[in-house]
Amino acid sequence: MGETTVNPFAKPSLWRRARELPLVPITVLLIVFIIPAFFADFIAPHDPYTPNLRSRLQPPVFFGGTWEFALGTDRLGRDILSRILHGAWYVLAVSMIGIAVGVVVGTTLGLVAGYVRGWFDGLVMRLVDISLALPAMLLALALAAALGASFLSVVIVVGFALWAYFARQVRAEVLLLRNSDFVARSMVAGASHTRILFRHILPNVTNTIVVLATLQVGIAIMLDASLSFLGIGIPRPTPTWGLLVSDGRDFIATDWWISFFPGLAILLTVLSANMLGDWLRDKLDPRQRQI
Amino acid sequence: MPLLRFLGLRIASSLFALLIITIIVFLLSHLSGNPVDALLPDDATQEQVDTFIRDWGLDEPLWQQYLTFLKNALQGDFGTSLKWPGQDAMGFVLDRMPATLQLGGLAILISVVIALPLGVAAAVYKGTLIDSGAQTFALLGQSMPNFWLGIILIWVFSVWLGWFPTSGMGTLSHAVLPAIAIAWFQISALARLTRSAMLEVLDAEYIKLARVKGVSETKVVWKHALRNAAVVPLTYFGILAASILTGSVVIETVFSWPGMGWVAIEAIRGRDFPVVQAVIIAYAVIYMLSNLVVDLLYVIIDPRVRHG
Repeated sequence: MGETTVNPFAKPSLWRRARELPLVPITVLLIVFIIPAFFADFIAPHDPYTPNLRSRLQPPVFFGGTWEFALGTDRLGRDILSRILHGAWYVLAVSMIGIAVGVVVGTTLGLVAGYVRGWFDGLVMRLVDISLALPAMLLALALAAALGASFLSVVIVVGFALWAYFARQVRAEVLLLRNSDFVARSMVAGASHTRILFRHILPNVTNTIVVLATLQVGIAIMLDASLSFLGIGIPRPTPTWGLLVSDGRDFIATDWWISFFPGLAILLTVLSANMLGDWLRDKLDPRQRQI
Repeated sequence: MPLLRFLGLRIASSLFALLIITIIVFLLSHLSGNPVDALLPDDATQEQVDTFIRDWGLDEPLWQQYLTFLKNALQGDFGTSLKWPGQDAMGFVLDRMPATLQLGGLAILISVVIALPLGVAAAVYKGTLIDSGAQTFALLGQSMPNFWLGIILIWVFSVWLGWFPTSGMGTLSHAVLPAIAIAWFQISALARLTRSAMLEVLDAEYIKLARVKGVSETKVVWKHALRNAAVVPLTYFGILAASILTGSVVIETVFSWPGMGWVAIEAIRGRDFPVVQAVIIAYAVIYMLSNLVVDLLYVIIDPRVRHG
């Protein structure tokens, strides 16, 4: 008898959940972005930094080149594929640390502002408005001019571009949650404010944070790529993807592959990250759905 | 007067944001160490250094230095350029401003002309091939780096087909490719917004009434529905201004378009801090002004805001 009853509250089996995953974006992300970021040393066929003048300007494999340099080589004879693979780590590090900065700063300020309200809330919301009103590019220009571009300056710019979205969203949800029964009950039970905020309210906003963070992976990567393209990102010789595109821009007429493939890597990564973010939003937080 | 109060508040908050920007810019010039190193050429004589310290009050406390900076900034005085000797920093930036505004204006025009019909078509033919085509296009547009698109456009349309010049400024045909590269991202964002706004409006009672009355479908869609749906994309124009600004920095560099964005990057490469300061403030002012214009348009188009 136990075998035939169907429990309507049972969680779907692992297999059914796995089948619902958007497999195409995940596969593309793994192949283009995540595996290269961690294993470039093992899978890259050549050294990404050492010039090799004997192999300079080799075309890609199906355009008159060979499998040795599958995506061609640049003007110094460096293998484009190897440079893209090695660049993935820096793109991943900048976007993840930048988003982490945005999440931590934004969530903390949003939690506290929504919980204590009063003047602190007013101050945080003003800062949110200003931050949303300031294009991140302006801060990037100022930082690059004053301190010189570095890994740190890019992370600051990405964090600055994103924190306000988290603060605003988290605060809005805390405003609703703080009036709910479970908060009142924990207060009666004698829980401290810190405990209520971080043990009781925070878990209720994590879905929102995860969805927002995933949707912002694309924004963060794009920002990082634009900065390194302009030469105000992580400095040379680090082969970040924006810099790789910029390397070939004067030679697009003759040696198109130098710019083309790094840009394609950015496109594929951002596209799959956006698709994954959309999917996750529909799954975890359908209220935020726009269309 | 709720309307005046609304506008007054908006202006006040814009000015406050501008003030914050001046503080950030001011502090950054000090973060880099001695501001004399950042703001004067390396080969400046002792006499020049002394005059500079006196003029900008650098021997005074920080807050007083900031007030001097703010006072000079209000008069448009950001010092002289280091990279382009003898040029007044703000004057130099202002000279380049029309080029940027032309490009930005053309980009806005292109995005509206393409995105509105695209969004309307996607909504009217919801669930058909047109709709999914428009959605795919939007997804692609939002994931494509604009500098890369610019390079690809040069490759295809200038090098292969020879339709447009590769870079520089002069005729309208110089502006076409960079404007498309800037507009690309906006087209997808605007089309998505227009689509969802139209879907909502097309469902409304008064649209059904118009149809029952026998108003032609063209008129229902383009006159009755679009006019109400257009409010939603309009709110996006503030964000549009920001991303066109960001786009102009990147795309002007790709196409060697001598506007403010190109100046900004050249100035950073030449460690020309006075010009960088001037560009940032100029960008911020343009940005705040365009946001105010959006607020005004919003009031004019949507009576609910006007009388709310």
